[in-house]
Amino acid sequence: MKVKYFAWVRERVGKAEEIVEPPASVRTVDDLIAWLAKRGESYAHAFETPKVIRAAIDHAHVKPDTMIAGAREIAFFPPMTGG
Amino acid sequence: MTANVTIRIQEADFDIGREISALTQGRTDIGAVVSFSGICRGIEGSEAIAALTLEHYPEMAEAEIARHAETAMSRWPLTGVTVIHRVGRITPGENIVLVLTASQHRQAAFQAAEFLMDYLKANAPFWKREEKPTGTSWVDARHHDDDAAARWTKS
Repeated sequence: MKVKYFAWVRERVGKAEEIVEPPASVRTVDDLIAWLAKRGESYAHAFETPKVIRAAIDHAHVKPDTMIAGAREIAFFPPMTGG
Repeated sequence: MTANVTIRIQEADFDIGREISALTQGRTDIGAVVSFSGICRGIEGSEAIAALTLEHYPEMAEAEIARHAETAMSRWPLTGVTVIHRVGRITPGENIVLVLTASQHRQAAFQAAEFLMDYLKANAPFWKREEKPTGTSWVDARHHDDDAAARWTKS
């Protein structure tokens, strides 16, 4: 699945997007955050406070316990400051 | 007459008068137009802001704004809605966002405009970076905006 990062999450991870293939044991958004955090220091830094990370699956906001199966695109970003 | 919904995300500035004309042109059923424009401030607390840069998640921003516009149209008797959100680098005094609502009577237009702004602030995927004398940093979201959006779900 494609993962996209925005704002300071993108800056810390060091890339805007990538394709990832998490194992089947990674079932929810929360699981994915924990799995991504283990990929390296930059990821750990980006996801060090999971509570402030927001997620969207296929362009719609989702809660941390949402299942990721079937998602084409998952995005992670800080709370929004638009408007 | 069908409702007129216009949603645009763009780097260029917008002309409020022209957008209002586009919303009202050729219609005789509009008695009220409410306009909100968000403007880049030059001061944050005691510090000067040199510029704001707005990043966004393009596909989601359009989808999310469209969802909010649709919700507004179904909740209030509106003849039209326009939302324009700028992205890119914006300097103090410049426009950032425009919300226009039109209806037969003013209550719907006022309420829908406030609803749309509260929801835009809380849910639209844009992120602001502030350039100040002390450096450039991401603006923090305010709980106040989440609370403002939440109050629309109680009624």
